Amino acid sequence: MGTLGGAGLAAAAGRERTVGMEGDRLASQARSSGLPAGGATGESPGVDAPLLGGSGSSALLQAEVLDLDEDEDDLEVFSKDASLMDMNSFSPMMPTSPLSMINQVKFEDEPDLKDLFITVDEPESHVTTIETFITYRIITKTSRGEFDSSEFEVRRRYQDFLWLKGKLEEAHPTLIIPPLPEKFIVKGMVERFNDDFIETRRKALQKFLNRIADHPTLTFNEDFKVFLTAQAWELSSHKKQGPGLLSRMGQTVRAVALSMRGVKSRPEEFMEMNNFIEIFSQKINLIDKISQRIYKEEREYSDEMREYGPIHLLWSASEEDLADTLKGVASCIDKCCKATEKRMAGLSEALLPVVHEYVLYSEMLMGVMKRRDQIQAELDSKVEALMYKKADADLLTEEIGKLEDKVECANNALKADWERWKHNMQNDIKSAFTEAAEENIHYYEQCLATWESFLASQTDLHMEETSEDKPEAH
Amino acid sequence: QQPAPLEPLGHPDAGLQSAVGEEAEGARDESPGEGTMTENNFWLKKIEISVSEAEKRTGRNAMNMQETYTAYLIETRSVEHTDGQSVLTDSLWRRYSEFELLRNYLLVYYPHIVVPPLPEKRAEFVWHKLSADNMDPDFVERRRIGLENFLLRVASHPILCRDKIFYLFLTQEGNWKETVNETGFQLKADSRLKALNATFRVKNPDKRFTELKHYSDELQSVISHLLRVRARVADRLYGVYKVHGNYGRVFSEWSAIEKEMGDGLQSAGHHMDVYASSIDDILEDEEHYADQLKEYLFYAEALRAVCRKHELMQYDLEMAAQDLASKKQQCEELATGTVRTFSLKGMTTKLFGQETPEQREARIKVLEEQINEGEQQLKSKNLEGREFVKNAWADIERFKEQKNHDLKEALISYAVMQISMCKKGIQVWTNAKECFSKM
Repeated sequence: MGTLGGAGLAAAAGRERTVGMEGDRLASQARSSGLPAGGATGESPGVDAPLLGGSGSSALLQAEVLDLDEDEDDLEVFSKDASLMDMNSFSPMMPTSPLSMINQVKFEDEPDLKDLFITVDEPESHVTTIETFITYRIITKTSRGEFDSSEFEVRRRYQDFLWLKGKLEEAHPTLIIPPLPEKFIVKGMVERFNDDFIETRRKALQKFLNRIADHPTLTFNEDFKVFLTAQAWELSSHKKQGPGLLSRMGQTVRAVALSMRGVKSRPEEFMEMNNFIEIFSQKINLIDKISQRIYKEEREYSDEMREYGPIHLLWSASEEDLADTLKGVASCIDKCCKATEKRMAGLSEALLPVVHEYVLYSEMLMGVMKRRDQIQAELDSKVEALMYKKADADLLTEEIGKLEDKVECANNALKADWERWKHNMQNDIKSAFTEAAEENIHYYEQCLATWESFLASQTDLHMEETSEDKPEAH
Repeated sequence: QQPAPLEPLGHPDAGLQSAVGEEAEGARDESPGEGTMTENNFWLKKIEISVSEAEKRTGRNAMNMQETYTAYLIETRSVEHTDGQSVLTDSLWRRYSEFELLRNYLLVYYPHIVVPPLPEKRAEFVWHKLSADNMDPDFVERRRIGLENFLLRVASHPILCRDKIFYLFLTQEGNWKETVNETGFQLKADSRLKALNATFRVKNPDKRFTELKHYSDELQSVISHLLRVRARVADRLYGVYKVHGNYGRVFSEWSAIEKEMGDGLQSAGHHMDVYASSIDDILEDEEHYADQLKEYLFYAEALRAVCRKHELMQYDLEMAAQDLASKKQQCEELATGTVRTFSLKGMTTKLFGQETPEQREARIKVLEEQINEGEQQLKSKNLEGREFVKNAWADIERFKEQKNHDLKEALISYAVMQISMCKKGIQVWTNAKECFSKM
């Protein structure tokens, strides 16, 4: 059976496709029954050609059409099973086992095979009559064929990132989409746009895009590509496609109603997953608070130390014999103060952003769980309907069939992505804390060296003094 | 620590030199130190003094109200030369107010000496975790050490150690207060206080004492500033360490849901707990360092008191000289009949008529007597002044050496504490890092 068209791909440089997920989108695309999740977007490759064709033409759009054709080709190549192209059914033969995906995923995440490099920099302030906002420059370097060029430079604002995230969530309701930095920082912010805030946000945005680029499925998302490559006006017109705001709002209302039901019939493994997510979320939030607090305390410690050292210097001015010792102490304290600053910088680079990202991730995870539950709930409500309303049994049965596939797809997608996410989380947490520990070791080593050399200089002096004193009677 | 053996006695400076030698070694220990007595004293043997215990007591105060206070046990041992064994000779209980009385007595009767200070009456320069409560056991313990240090300082001072009241403080439990008061100390204490607080201007100040007073002001100011900031630094450091302790708890809870990471998290959490609790001992040690600085903060006051006393004497001398000069002038005018200086008698003479030659003779005689007296007084005041300066300056030199030695040692001990703190930090974080890297 078509195992692993995926596995066959293992050799291909980084352009893997987790076929199952693609299949999911294709299938759901075909059904377009106004399902809440399931990506009723116009942007899935292989199916878009007609839609895009209808939205006007431009050189770039033409190119996109071409790209899409290419994607279709890829799809065919990957799948030996022609039934993939059959929009009406989702083949159970598809390699959707989490295990197979893990294998692909592990391979996927190897850095040497990365072929999409993204940086976010150069925040710039823009002032219009209506508003002030910041744009960031995004540079993409790639060797992928489906991109027109090997390098792209665009400017995007936070809103654009929000749009992208929304599109990804729509297209992949049960994949773990990377989190965006918060819209606003609640406490301690005077200005919306102070330098630290912008820098923190910039780094987080860069992380966001790279995480998508590293994700085996999301990396091939069309909206993602548009986001990275389209010029401003092209992006706006692209954004206007797709279901309008009203339909999205309608979807949310239904979603809330359904989600409650979905929770009750949740399979065991997802109960476990949910339990993990709840506890993880609690703990990571606490760790975030603790880490921020440590940073704050270190900052205040450093402030006091800055005042502490110079007092010894001041004192040395009124002393003769003690002057050297006092100056030595002053110098040691100043050096330790600088070492503290460095320690804080390390914390803020290595630990705080990672922990905070996982705080946001934990919120994302809860959202993913909800969406999975919603999908399940839809199935359950139809099944219930079938039980009570004998009318339209055939239609209902058909719908139920499709929904069952949808549920299975969603669950499999989540399971696979969950394993991947957990694996990454462990690595990220491990390296963040290891680095933080390293910073602390380095800090103490520096301080130790400073004080030891001071002590050595004092004992040398002392020995000189006592050897001078000895001949005198005392 | 055994002090150097006694120099042959009899030479007035011998006591000074041997005492200085001892102070350099023994005065800062927590273990009983030694004070040596010269032959003009009441003992011929070496003694050890310690304030070994503190006890909470309740009693009735002067207004018959119940009060709680702490009493301190002072034990005195004499050390046999031959075998170094010590025998307990005296043991009695004293409270802080009695120490204060002793010190005030010494201040009054040894104005030329930089009298060792007592540990603070109330806890100051406190950072948040430390209690400002006088009854707090940590405070009481540090005070016990401070009181012992005070007694050792006095006992090792070449002049103060010979004082009888000091001897009785260590040996006579009952009636000691009365004995002190019988010396007429109270009156002198009051007049001393009044004089120290008076404002006056000296025409020809001694430059050395002026500089010294200036130095003591600076010392006081810089040490208080240092102690204040040190307390804040301690507070912040405490915060940094203690917050890490929270990691321990959360890691432990998190490890429950992790399979591969669980063990690493758990053991890393343990190290975070160790880190957090290590700060308590570190800061306790630093408190002792702060106490060493505080002693010199208070010493600065004692130094200033000596300078003030000198100023007072100088002023007194200047006033006496001025008075004498004016009397001489008056005398001369009466004799020659010219009036240059203003005098009440002169005015009244002008107003109410000349005096008779007999009256004038009488007045001249009186003045001449006064002038004689005045000259005698001036001579003795001058002598007193020079003696004072000589003795004070000798003690000041002794003090300077002691201060330089002690403060240098304290600063070095601070460095040693920092080194120990860094080493502990390295160890804990190395352990934690290992746990993290195994996750």
